[in-house]
Amino acid sequence: MTDTLGTTGLILNEPLLWEKGRKGRCGYSLPRRDVPLSSLDPGLTGSGPDFPDLSEVDLVRHYTRLSTWNFGVDTGTYPLGSCTMKYNPKTNERQAGLPGFAAAHPLLPPELAQGALALMHDLQRYLAEITGMDAVSLQPAAGAHGELAGMLLIYAYHRSKGTQRSKIIIPDTAHGTNPASAALCGYRPVPIQSGAQGVLTAEVVAAVMDEETAGIMVTNPNTLGLFEQNIRQITDIVHAKGGLVYCDGANMNAVMGIVDLKAIGIDVLHLNLHKTFSTPHGGGGPGSGPVCVHKRLEPFLPVPRVIKEGDTYTLSEEFPQSIGKLDTFHGHFGIMVRAYSYILSLGPDGLKKASQLAVLNANYIKEKLKGTFHLTHDRPCMHECVFSDKNQASYGVTTLDMAKRLMDYGFHPPTIYFPLVVPGAIMIEPTETECKEDIDRFIDAMQQIAREAAENPQLLHDAPHKSKVRRLDEVSAARKPCLTG
Amino acid sequence: MKEISQLNLPENVRFTEDHEWSRKEDGAIRMGIDDYAQDQLGDVVFVELPQVGDTFAKGDAFGSVESVKAVSELFMPVGGEISAINKNLEESPELVNTSPYEEGWMIDVKPDDPGELDALMTSDAYLEMLKGL
Amino acid sequence: MRYLPHTPEDIADMLAQVGVESLDALFATIPEDCCCRLGMKLPQALTEWELNDHMDALAARTAVSPDFKVFMGAGSYDHFVPSAARHVLTRSEFVTSYTPYQPEISQGTLQAIYEYQTLASRLMGTEVATASHYDGSTALAEALLMAIRVTRKKRVAVSAAVHPHHRRVVGTYFDPTGLEIVELPYLADGRTDLAALDSLEDLAAVAVQSPNFFGCIEDLQAAADATHTREALLVASFTEPLAFGLLKNPGSLGADIVCGEGQSLGLPRSFGGPGLGMLGSRMKFVRSLPGRLVGRTQDRDGRDGFVLTLATREQHIRREKATSNICTNNSLCALTAAVYMAALGATGFRELAQLNRDKAEYLKSSLAQAGFDTPFSSPTFNEFVVRFPGDFDTVYSRLLDKKIVAGLPLAKYYPELSDCTLLCATETAGKHDLDDLVKEVRS
Repeated sequence: MTDTLGTTGLILNEPLLWEKGRKGRCGYSLPRRDVPLSSLDPGLTGSGPDFPDLSEVDLVRHYTRLSTWNFGVDTGTYPLGSCTMKYNPKTNERQAGLPGFAAAHPLLPPELAQGALALMHDLQRYLAEITGMDAVSLQPAAGAHGELAGMLLIYAYHRSKGTQRSKIIIPDTAHGTNPASAALCGYRPVPIQSGAQGVLTAEVVAAVMDEETAGIMVTNPNTLGLFEQNIRQITDIVHAKGGLVYCDGANMNAVMGIVDLKAIGIDVLHLNLHKTFSTPHGGGGPGSGPVCVHKRLEPFLPVPRVIKEGDTYTLSEEFPQSIGKLDTFHGHFGIMVRAYSYILSLGPDGLKKASQLAVLNANYIKEKLKGTFHLTHDRPCMHECVFSDKNQASYGVTTLDMAKRLMDYGFHPPTIYFPLVVPGAIMIEPTETECKEDIDRFIDAMQQIAREAAENPQLLHDAPHKSKVRRLDEVSAARKPCLTG
Repeated sequence: MKEISQLNLPENVRFTEDHEWSRKEDGAIRMGIDDYAQDQLGDVVFVELPQVGDTFAKGDAFGSVESVKAVSELFMPVGGEISAINKNLEESPELVNTSPYEEGWMIDVKPDDPGELDALMTSDAYLEMLKGL
Repeated sequence: MRYLPHTPEDIADMLAQVGVESLDALFATIPEDCCCRLGMKLPQALTEWELNDHMDALAARTAVSPDFKVFMGAGSYDHFVPSAARHVLTRSEFVTSYTPYQPEISQGTLQAIYEYQTLASRLMGTEVATASHYDGSTALAEALLMAIRVTRKKRVAVSAAVHPHHRRVVGTYFDPTGLEIVELPYLADGRTDLAALDSLEDLAAVAVQSPNFFGCIEDLQAAADATHTREALLVASFTEPLAFGLLKNPGSLGADIVCGEGQSLGLPRSFGGPGLGMLGSRMKFVRSLPGRLVGRTQDRDGRDGFVLTLATREQHIRREKATSNICTNNSLCALTAAVYMAALGATGFRELAQLNRDKAEYLKSSLAQAGFDTPFSSPTFNEFVVRFPGDFDTVYSRLLDKKIVAGLPLAKYYPELSDCTLLCATETAGKHDLDDLVKEVRS
């Protein structure tokens, strides 16, 4: 590679908001006053918040400059494993911005919100169709919120059977939100280990499954990027003792139109619309985490539910066994509009193709890099592959060093140090929207970095070199937190 | 990270499997985390300690020690009442790294059963245990 | 398809290098009985232009201004959003990035969220604020769970004048925990009955919303005093943060934790979401706070920079012992709020808050002159309760036919107020709109 993507260039510094501006400057067009001034009891009146006064130019330059310090999917390849950083279609933004959606009050009488309700109803149907499940709630606001919903559904189910169970089985490869969500429901996590092949075995599950156990939380494909091949035996074992199966659907991008989640024995799963369904990550949200359930859990779904009566749509609370409300209104409707637009833009063939190409891209990377980096499981992977820093250890180079160096090459690093079962894990998820040339460029950069690890490890220890700031002191930030200015 | 041979494992303390040290100190049992633990953890950013007067049994979790990216629970090497805590750790948690056996001490315990201290590992036994890990 | 760049040649080349015959063969590790037997029954793919038409038609079937006049607040407010603010939020470096795990190439998001934390703290009157939660209801649930962790007690008291949906969400979160929620009734003047606290013991927290669901401004100082006497924490919540442009903020009145809905700060209503959960507290509780926090630090060359910090509270490290299960939050919404607060500035925020109150007061007094009384005497901000005499449903329906949504009928939420509606007037309501509403209600 003679020319790398990552280069140096002039980007501008920008102070903090309150270091700018001047009292009396104005960045807002105050609406005309056409009603009399009303006074308020001085005892209730405050002095207003201490915000800086900026002009509109100050405001626009501030945020324009800040944005130049960021790297997004629109900047370049962002292979953050488990996050599915696929391209965010711009038409989705146009749809979500339509006044009939953006300006709609959530508590409009249903007859005045038929467009929004029709969209939600259809999206529910589409997600049920894509997963193979029976019913859907769009209310959870993010994946972890969907996991909480799933735990509450399982809790409600057992309560309806007159039993209350105290434990839930969680594999050692699970995302941290899994045990955290289980704990919110009072469940004690029972850890189990994946086998030598990187997948769960039926025996390990059978050994711990009993009538005190509410069920199991699986991720399929799992966080090693592998399909849980023994899933049907596992779900049978759990069901046989009256338990339920929760599936973390974060990795759905690998299996759309390919795997039937109901057929493999899943009772409830959540989806991440901001992963599989192309809605933007926003620097940390907003996302959306709908839950899809087997009909045995349908009575417990959150309310209100969008139902169709004849030709009209309405929001109904007539579900006495429901777990209740999970957010103030109906969930992240603006995100639903984007996911809905994406599904309509791809159609069934496009969605399946997306999964196939996501898996192709990941396997291609796996094959090209496995000679250079230690591949934890040399088997066909799904939409992501996991390496470790074992091959570079003798040079004193860590996963962290290599990730930091990758930024100099113009790529966002993959997910690092997760899953916890792989020391020094490097989890690469290209997604289907990366073309072959960009993937080849990424592969070249990784191989170049491996050579640098052997020849010039200090270069990696000191990376990144080209970014606006170098490595930051996270120790002081935690010892003496400075959280406001 | 240090090699096992580079670790400082003093003779005058006893060790637990959780990499904590204890010794008699003015009628109480003083404890902290050992050189292996502080080295594994990395730069300590925060130590969560109980209050003076709290009581715990041997093996109970009484607090935690944090680095930027990890948390480790702290377990009672002996049962008893907390008679003192090291308030300096609030301002200077790095003492756990720089002086784990002296200035980085964590709690003093009035032991229910002073004999429990003798049941803990000597530095030789602890070293053997580490080699086996 | 324009988001799937692989050509048949690319696919063939890559399959060959992977050593597999076809795309289907990539899935050979999946047992047959796990696979879909039939194709997905979904509509065929639309072109971009067909999608536009389809979405335009759907969106047209929802009642929004200027066609309809919707005088509803109740947790979702209509405010003007400056074009400049909207514009900077389309920067794709903000929109298409994810959580700033690699701070060196995420300083944009990190500084912006640090600025949000700061402005939010100043607005709420707290010493620290988190980087965001999903919405006001989940922020309240998290705030109460936090108070329970901090005090180690198991009971909370929540005012009946807190938004009904917020209370229901708290109930959902508390259901499997065995923790107890006691309801505090409201008085004839529309504010919380703090005397009801006298008989309560072992409280972790007292939650009062101000302005409350009825729009009434609560006496948070009195609530703080009563709460602290019982060795509990005061959780002050809100649904309309613009109010603090005019009113004393909750932190200054003794609230230990402040939480609420930030949608008013530049976010579209968007049929209820995404919104913005705001949460702040005293600094001494910082290690019990749920959610992400951005902190200021230096890089190895001494340059100022920002990082996510105190991550040991969070799920990816503390797992089942985390302060919350939250991962993806509402970061872009927090950024939106920061941009809005910065666009308005201290001066603009105060003037806009005053204008909101003036609009609502004008509507209230016009209705009073027309003979429609407000059952609650307490001062309000930009929403208030009004009683329709006679047959409420008929009046309300008649106004709907005139494309006027006359507030939120309260029958569903407070049966004792079944002849009342909750009206809201913000800076977006012109005097003529307000006059029309009064005229129509009268006739």
